[in-house]
Amino acid sequence: MRLSCSVNGTPREVDDVWEGESLLYVLRERMGLPGSKNACEQGECGSCTVYLDDVPVCACLVAAGQAQGREVGTVEGLAPAGELHPVQEAFLEAGAVQCGFCTPGLLVATDDLVARTRAEGRKPADAEIREALAGNLCRCTGYEKILDAVRLAADRMAGDAR
Amino acid sequence: MDFLQPATWAEALEAKAAAREAVPIAGGTDVMVAVNFGRLRPTTLIDLTRVPELQEWGLDDGAVRLGAGVPYARVITELGGRLPGLAMAARTIGSPQIRNRGTVGGNLATASPAGDAHPALLAAGAEVEVASVRGTRRIPVSEFYRGVKRSALADDELIAAVRIRPPAGPQQYSKIGTRNAMVIAVAAFGLALHPDRRAVGTGIGSAAPTPRRAPEAEEFLAGELDGLWESRGELPAATAGRFGELVAAAAAPIDDVRGTAAYRVHALSVMARRTLTWAWADYRKGDPTCA
Ligand SMILES: Cc1cc2nc3c(=O)[nH]c(=O)nc-3n(C[C@H](O)[C@H](O)[C@H](O)COP(=O)(O)OP(=O)(O)OC[C@H]3O[C@@H](n4cnc5c(N)ncnc54)[C@H](O)[C@@H]3O)c2cc1C
Ligand code: FES
Ligand code: FES
Repeated sequence: MRLSCSVNGTPREVDDVWEGESLLYVLRERMGLPGSKNACEQGECGSCTVYLDDVPVCACLVAAGQAQGREVGTVEGLAPAGELHPVQEAFLEAGAVQCGFCTPGLLVATDDLVARTRAEGRKPADAEIREALAGNLCRCTGYEKILDAVRLAADRMAGDAR
Repeated sequence: MDFLQPATWAEALEAKAAAREAVPIAGGTDVMVAVNFGRLRPTTLIDLTRVPELQEWGLDDGAVRLGAGVPYARVITELGGRLPGLAMAARTIGSPQIRNRGTVGGNLATASPAGDAHPALLAAGAEVEVASVRGTRRIPVSEFYRGVKRSALADDELIAAVRIRPPAGPQQYSKIGTRNAMVIAVAAFGLALHPDRRAVGTGIGSAAPTPRRAPEAEEFLAGELDGLWESRGELPAATAGRFGELVAAAAAPIDDVRGTAAYRVHALSVMARRTLTWAWADYRKGDPTCA
């Protein structure tokens, strides 16, 4: 079947999509967007987290056809090419990236959290950060540096807002 | 494989009637796992996410009518006050990503004994509204579960909604797992006090072939609360303890990778006692006009 949807603000169309295929497969294998990672294909790890109509979801659990006509946002779309989003900068500076496999999913989940709390004019509490990232597994960092990165990103983005 | 995207409820029902072996897909959090791992190769997928009626909830005849396709995240943010037990259960499900997609309708159709919506729906005395081209029927949720991952849904039917009366008293939900997120329950328990009917509702999860109530525990507690409903007096510790024992006695668990039968029975007695203690404390603080 043919799938048409918007990805990172650009209309995309791909043909010969198998009906049982996941959005993750379409992004990685058919659209050349390998940022979203495939680590478990069962919703457990969050490394495939993307926005679907502004809501963070596991792309591995969205049937390709369910994205028809919808807006998909991937890690590639967080910042313009060649630039880094403040959340990405914070992850680098805090040392929150080791092998990097979990990073794209964590970036999207963090972007969502920080955008939500910022819209409410506040920074996320630690418990809220843990809750927001509960669906993203990291086998390398032990999470402490990831929490540092989220706090750093939230601080900076709160600064921007002022 | 066919991929159908009905835009209306009538079209969805017609599609299901025309292809009874077709697999509906809502949030996909059960279906896509099975497809990704090659355990499910449906001839037809019916995507229900474009049917507007399924994505809505509203008040109907004094009950909340929760569309089968409303994701857990919305149950939590929009219905925490009206459906406290279900919202508590929803908060324990998966992760934010899973709660953004997964639905109560999907949980019901999967009918896993470990599904977290079930104990809350059982305790609240919910009804499942199912429909086909033949018409609509309402099934008390306690009659919906028919075996391990089997439900009363006929092969031409879809779940339209669940209907739940707003709470007349406190509700609680408790779940045991190995961590706080992303766990299938080792055992779970839902409790609802119904002061308006002088009744008690219970729901047991992950401790029998199907989700089930604990009728003897419900009757025992309703008897003990006779008189206490009005006085809002203290609940004797022995009553809570006995309630826990009777809830545990209603279970029929097995040993599996997540836990042993003995542990599940013990955990249920503790969860039942604790949730009752919390719920009764809430009730005692409550505004008497609510009851
Ligand atoms: C990582 C992960 C964690 C999870 N954690 C939990 C948890 O903590 N607790 C828990 O209970 N579950 C959990 N689940 C399981 C799953 O998320 C739930 O069962 C969820 O409610 C399924 O809803 P869905 O909309 O995604 O269903 P889908 O996968 O779309 O469908 C599930 C089943 O329901 C059928 N169906 C869907 N809608 C309808 C309808 N309207 N009418 C008829 N049939 C329908 C489908 O055909 C399928 O058989 C988890 C799943 C994953 C992947
Ligand atoms: S690959 Fe999707 S959650 Fe792991
Ligand atoms: S950095 Fe390796 S999995 Fe997180």
